[in-house]
Amino acid sequence: MDSSEIRQLKILAAKARQGAILGTYHAKSGHPGGSLSAADIFTYLYYKEMKVDPKNPQWEDRDRFVLSKGHCCPSLYAVLALKGYFDWNELTTLRHVGAMLQGHPDMKGTPGVDMSTGSLGQGVSAACGMALAGKLDKKDYRVYTVLGDGEVEEGQVWEAAMFASHNKLDNLVLFVDQNGLQIDGAVEDVAGIEPLDKKFEAFGFEVIKIDGHDFEQIKSALDKARTVKGKPTAILAKTVKGKGVSFMENQVGWHGVAPNKEQYEAATAELEAQIKELEGEC
Amino acid sequence: MAEIIKKATRESFGEALCELAKDNKDIVVFDADLAAATKTSIFQKEYADRFFDCGIAEGNMIGVAAGMAAAGKIPVAASFAMFATGRAFEQIRNSVAYPGLNVKIAGSHAGISTGEDGATHQCVEDMGIMRAIPGMVVLNPADHWEMKAATKAAIEYNGPVYIRLGRLAIDSFNDPETYSFELGKGITLHEGNDVTVIATGLVVNEALKAVKELEAEGINARLINIHTIKPIDREIITKAAKETGRIITVEEHNVVGGLADAVCQVVAEECPVKVTKIGVQDTFGFSGPAWELLDKFGLTRPHIAKVIRDVVAEEK
Ligand SMILES: Cc1ncc(C[n+]2csc(CCOP(=O)(O)OP(=O)(O)O)c2C)c(N)n1
Ligand SMILES: [Mg+2]
Repeated sequence: MDSSEIRQLKILAAKARQGAILGTYHAKSGHPGGSLSAADIFTYLYYKEMKVDPKNPQWEDRDRFVLSKGHCCPSLYAVLALKGYFDWNELTTLRHVGAMLQGHPDMKGTPGVDMSTGSLGQGVSAACGMALAGKLDKKDYRVYTVLGDGEVEEGQVWEAAMFASHNKLDNLVLFVDQNGLQIDGAVEDVAGIEPLDKKFEAFGFEVIKIDGHDFEQIKSALDKARTVKGKPTAILAKTVKGKGVSFMENQVGWHGVAPNKEQYEAATAELEAQIKELEGEC
Repeated sequence: MAEIIKKATRESFGEALCELAKDNKDIVVFDADLAAATKTSIFQKEYADRFFDCGIAEGNMIGVAAGMAAAGKIPVAASFAMFATGRAFEQIRNSVAYPGLNVKIAGSHAGISTGEDGATHQCVEDMGIMRAIPGMVVLNPADHWEMKAATKAAIEYNGPVYIRLGRLAIDSFNDPETYSFELGKGITLHEGNDVTVIATGLVVNEALKAVKELEAEGINARLINIHTIKPIDREIITKAAKETGRIITVEEHNVVGGLADAVCQVVAEECPVKVTKIGVQDTFGFSGPAWELLDKFGLTRPHIAKVIRDVVAEEK
C-alpha cells in the first residue's frame, strides 16, 4: 500500500466513524465506543481484503463477515453504506420502529449482513460453521469475524476456538478488538483474559498481534493469515475504545450511550477536521 | 391515593437487595458485566466484598451461584432476561433447579420494552422457559412496591426463584400502606363481573387504567394482578372463570408459555371458559423506543380497553 491508499482508508474510516455517530445520535441509543474502536478493521476488510459484491450481497462465493460483537454494528452499517449496500440516509433511522437497521445485526433484513448477532459469543461459532461449509464445498471463500475483548470471556468462544483448530479452519480469521474495556469497567478488572495470545496459541491458532488502528499492520496480518495452512488465525488488535472522538476515547461510559446534540455536533466536527486534513495531504 | 413513584423495577430490585443484605449476611450477588444495567451495582457499591462480577459468562455465573448455594449462601445472579434464562438455561435446570438449590435468578430488560436493542435482547420467552422447569418459582412484579416486596419474599423463600425485572421507568400504582405480597397469590385490583382481565408485570398498570376507563361506559371488568406466574393462584382464576366467564390475559411476553398458557391450564382443568390473549403473538420483537413498541404490540391502555370492549360486546 502506498501512502495515498492509506490516506484513502483513513478518510473512509473517519467517514465510517461519522456514520456511527450519526446513527447512534438519531437512535438516541446504541454503542459508540466499540463501534469507533473497530472502524479501521471494518474499513480495511471491506475495502481491501474481502471479495464481496455490494450489488449482489448473496453471491455464493463471497467472503463472509460475522460481527460477533454485534452491538458495534453502527460503524459496520456505515461501512456497508459507503460500499453501496444501501443508502447512507438509512443510518438516520437506526433503531427506529420499522427501520431496516436494527439495534443488532439482522441478516434477514439488512443487505451485506451475513449473520444475525448481538448475543455475545455466538457469532464466532457461526463463523466456524461458514468456514466449515466452505471447506466442505471446496470453495475458496474466507470468513472473518470480530470479537470484543469482553466477549472472549464467554465459554462459547473457547468451544469455537477448539472447534476451529480441530477442524483446521485456515479459511477463518478471528479478530479480537482489544480496546481494554467492557461495560462494568476495564477487562482486566472485571474478569481478566490475559495472556490472550498464549491462550489462542494453546488453542491451536496462528496468533498475530497488531495495532488495530494501523492499516499497514492490519494489512500485513491479513496477508500473513492467507499463507497460514492447517489452522485458523487470531489477530489480536490493540485499539482505543471511542477512537477518533477525543472525548469518547478510553471512556468506559461511552460503551452504550448515545451522543446528545451538542456531543453529536462536536464529534462530527472533530471527524470532519480529520477528513479535511487528510484530504489536504492528497 | 398513594404517591406515584416512577422507577424501573430493576432499580427497585437493586435497592431491595441492599436493604435485605443489611441483616442477612448470607446474601451474595453475581452479575455478568451488566451490573450498571441490572442495578446490582447498587448492591455492589455498599457490599463490594459480597459482589462478584463474573464477566460476560452467564453459564458459569449460574454454576458458581449453584455451588455457593450448596455451601450455604443465598446467591442472587443477575443478567438480562435473555442471557440469564437463555444462555444459562441448562445450568439453571440441572445445577440449580434439579438439586433444589437456593439460587435467585434475576432477569432484567425483559420483554419488548428493552426497546432499541431489538430482537436479540428482547426476551419474550423467559417466563415460559423458567415455568417449564420443575419446582421453579417465577415472579413478575408490576411496580416499585411490588418489586421490593417480591425481592424480600424471594430471599426468604428457600429454593430456586426466577424474578423478572424491567428496564423502563414506570409509575407505581400500589399503596405501600395497604399493599401486601404473598407468594403464589394473585391480587384483585378492580372488582367487576362482566369479564376478567388477568395481567402481569409492567403492563398491569396499563390494564388498570383500561378497566377504570371502561367504568364510565358501564363495563365492569375484574382485574387480577398475577405477580407469581408459578406457582399460579388457581383459586383466584377459577373463581373468576366461574363468576365472570370470559378471561383476557395481558402480558409483555409471548402468548406461548407465559401467563396466557398458565391461565389456560387452570381454566381447562377447573372451569373451561374462552380466553383472549393479549401479548406478543408468537413473533420476535424489533428495535424502537419502548413505549412505541408497547403500543405496536397492543399492550397500552387504549388497545387493552378495545379488546375488553370487544369481548364484552361479543358476550352480549
Ligand atoms: C451473551 C451476552 N451477554 C451480555 C450482553 C450484553 N453486553 C453487550 S456489550 C457488552 C460488553 C462487551 O464488551 P466487549 O466485548 O469488550 O465489546 P466492546 O468493548 O468492543 O464494545 C455486554 C456485556 C450481550 N450482548 N450478550
Ligand atoms: Mg472491549
